Amino acid sequence: MKRSLTMNFSVDRDNRTIHVKREFVAPVDDVWAAWTQKELLDQWWAPKPYRTVTRSLDFRDGGTWYYSMVGPKNDTHWSRADYEGIRPTESFGMYDAFTDEEGTVNTDLPRSRWKVDFRASDDNSTTVHITIRYDKPEDLDKIIELGFKEGFTAALENLDEMFEEKVN
Amino acid sequence: MESRRDVFQAIADPTRREIIGLLARKPANVNEIAARFDMSRQAVSLHVKVLEECGVLSVVRAGRERRCSVRPEKFTEVYDWLDPLRKMWESRFEQLDDVLQKVRSTKTKKS
Repeated sequence: MKRSLTMNFSVDRDNRTIHVKREFVAPVDDVWAAWTQKELLDQWWAPKPYRTVTRSLDFRDGGTWYYSMVGPKNDTHWSRADYEGIRPTESFGMYDAFTDEEGTVNTDLPRSRWKVDFRASDDNSTTVHITIRYDKPEDLDKIIELGFKEGFTAALENLDEMFEEKVN
Repeated sequence: MESRRDVFQAIADPTRREIIGLLARKPANVNEIAARFDMSRQAVSLHVKVLEECGVLSVVRAGRERRCSVRPEKFTEVYDWLDPLRKMWESRFEQLDDVLQKVRSTKTKKS
């Protein structure tokens, strides 16, 4: 039987924080694995139509996850996440950034600090609470404009096509 | 300091959010709002002024009375702004649901 799973999503603009809370029908160990192992992360992290390609993932305090999100036209956006405050099956933190192919941080784009908490609701369900805090309130606007809004809508694909036509 | 006057500024303060909630149910004047909060009429009046400047309240003056009501259309701005991000997370989590189910069925087969 499929339960309907509600997601709590809120943005506190003045505290430049995004909160996301969601319950998953799976034991906490499985949910933790899906968030921390590259083989699993690659299967869900990038929202459609993008896919995740992990170059390397070193899950320990001070370790880094280097990955890219690849679009349907093979447009590639590199990112990294530096891990901190890992408490196995309970919580971890990461500091994310957009990078170039070598993993060098693009300081023009917003960075954010993540805290991901896992709580077993019962034997077979887990609640994940994510807090994402940006350095500046403008960063929130920027991330929506840049990555999430335009990046994942057809508008940009059309724009890509336009550029291709111009080049060819 | 000059501060922003938009819907985001309006909802940034908990008291202002409560005032919006109150007025969304029923328009009221400043005295009626003040009666519902543990604060002075002046303090409430200031919040109302901010809310009006942010464009989320309509305040109609009738003599010494100021009748306040919510302009619900202003809040679609918040929704529109958040919607792409919310959708992104929903899509991401649906994929995670599938992954977790796959992990589960692999384990079941093994055992």
